[in-house]
Order: sequence, then C-alpha cells, then structure tokens
Amino acid sequence: MGEDIKKFMFVNRKAPYGTIYALEALEVVLITAAFDQDVSLAFLDDGVYQLKKGQQTKGIETKNFSPSYRALEGYDVEKLYVEKESMEARGLSEDDLLVDVIVLTSREMGELMEQQDVVLSF
Amino acid sequence: MKFGIVVNEGPYQHQAADSAYLFCKAAIGKGHEIWRVFFYHDGVNNATKLTEPPQDDRNIVNRWSRLAQEHGVDLVVCVAAALRRGIREENLAQGFRISGLGQLAEAGIQTDRMITFGD
Amino acid sequence: MLHIINKSPLSSCALESCLRIAQGGDILLIEDAVYAAASGSALEDKIREAMGRFRVHALMPDIDARGFSERVIEGVSKVDYGGFVDLVAANENCQSWL
Repeated sequence: MGEDIKKFMFVNRKAPYGTIYALEALEVVLITAAFDQDVSLAFLDDGVYQLKKGQQTKGIETKNFSPSYRALEGYDVEKLYVEKESMEARGLSEDDLLVDVIVLTSREMGELMEQQDVVLSF
Repeated sequence: MKFGIVVNEGPYQHQAADSAYLFCKAAIGKGHEIWRVFFYHDGVNNATKLTEPPQDDRNIVNRWSRLAQEHGVDLVVCVAAALRRGIREENLAQGFRISGLGQLAEAGIQTDRMITFGD
Repeated sequence: MLHIINKSPLSSCALESCLRIAQGGDILLIEDAVYAAASGSALEDKIREAMGRFRVHALMPDIDARGFSERVIEGVSKVDYGGFVDLVAANENCQSWL
C-alpha cells in the first residue's frame, strides 16, 4: 500500500430519516472512495438502523437511500463493520441487514478505530 | 502541525461552531496551521453574510471571515449541503468558498489531524 | 487515541458507547458532556471507574459556563482550549462521538 493512502473510517451512530446525517455521511463516503483511500464504515448504536432491510419511505415523501449501501461495493468500499452489541441491543441480526457486513465485538471495533488515520463521525 | 476542521452544525443553534472556532484560535496561537475548515450538514449556515445577531452577541460568521483574513484559513462550504439549504455564492460571507465534498477528503489526506465538531 | 464527547451522559449514550468500545487512551469531555465530570451525579461511579482505563479530561471553559467549576470530580484533568489542541496533537488520531 502506498504511503499516500490513508485509512479513513466513517463512524455512523445515527438512525436514518430522523436527521439527515446518515444520508450526507453516505455522500462523503462515495466521494472519499474516489480518492483511492482505504475506506471503511462502522455502524454503532442507532447507526445500525441505517442498514435495516425493507425501508419504505413513500409515506414520508423522502428518498429511500438505503439501496446505496449495496452500491458501495462498486466503489470498492467493501469494509462495512457492525458492532455486535449495538445490533443485538436493537433486536437485529445479520439477516435483518440489507448488505453483507463484518460483525465485530466492542473490543475488536475499538482496536480497529485505533488503527485509523482519519475517523469522521456522523 | 496541520489541522483540518469539520463543522457540522449551524451557528447559534448549537455550540459546535463556537467550539470549532475557539479550537482554531488556540491552535493558531500555539503555532499550528489550520489548513482548512470544512462546513457540512447545517454547518453551511456558518457561511451566510445575511446573518445579523443582536448587538450584544458574538458574530459567528464575521469571526470565521476574520480567521480567513488574518491567518489565511481556507473556509470551504460543501456545495451539495449548501444548495439544499439555500446557501449560494451571492449570500456567501467574505473568506468562504463553495466547493465539492472532495475538499473534505483532500483535507483528510493532506492534514496531520482531522477534528469534527457537530451534534 | 483521543475520544471527544460532547453530549450529556444523562441524555445520550455517546459516553457509554465510547467506554464500551474504546480501548483506552484519552477522553475529553466538551460542551454538554462536561456534566459527566461533575461530582455527585448518578454517573460519578462510572467516571471514576473509567479513570482506571482512560485519562479523563474536561474542558474548563465549558464547565465554568455551566456553573460546575467547584464540582469537578477529583482526578479529572482540567484543560483549556490550548490543552484541547495539545491533546489532539499528542494523539495519533481522534474521534468525536457525535
């Protein structure tokens, strides 16, 4: 890996739709990926809700941006990490999520954060 | 050291813009460089010259403009976030410029540390 | 690593999540998170426990603004904005637990 490649982690701790953070975070991820950086996404706390299958937003007249998570692979963003405890606390399992993720324990998630060059939180 | 700053909340509504500004001032005072401040989400509202706080209150927008003028700090407003919220070239305060999200990624690459202020 | 928290621990899980996930280093309490540094709250034991694993700092201008200058838990390091800058510079990376 070249010296000019940095490890970027985007930490998502907020649910979608209630606020705009999740959507605008996704926009940053897509742009950063175009800079050929080592990009990963972490989903903690309510951020896990962003990945819930079956989102239907017609009734709130808001764009359903959840399919974009599946498009990340096309941008070479393949490292999507979900903290196990956050997921389980919300009654969710991997089967409830709309994209393949890597489930990490709290400790593993913390260790991964330590290794990053840039951590951006939304 | 080169710092990049991200501001995710609007002025007056949330303390983030004040904390970010006071951090920048302290960093410059210690001889560090604020390489760029990137305004995102509602943070883009820091950039409007139409802001008129009461006379006995701080002028958050002017404070940023002064930081740009006196220390050459690059104040970048995300175009997509700005257009969503009615921030355009014509109401942009001095020292700010509107540009793409790539400027945030670039700040992450070019600086030694990125610090985010938000809600 | 520096972990920056800015929300009251009584209204947000940011501090709790940080304590669960982060693997040591520095924690800086700013804005409404400084209430976590106040003695006598229901959180005091948790903060004292965290101080065994982390260096806990609180931003004094935020504490002063909220009227808690005289009630900072012993052992919490008090920093000004200059100290905030030093913490960022001294750590390899930082995360704001927004």
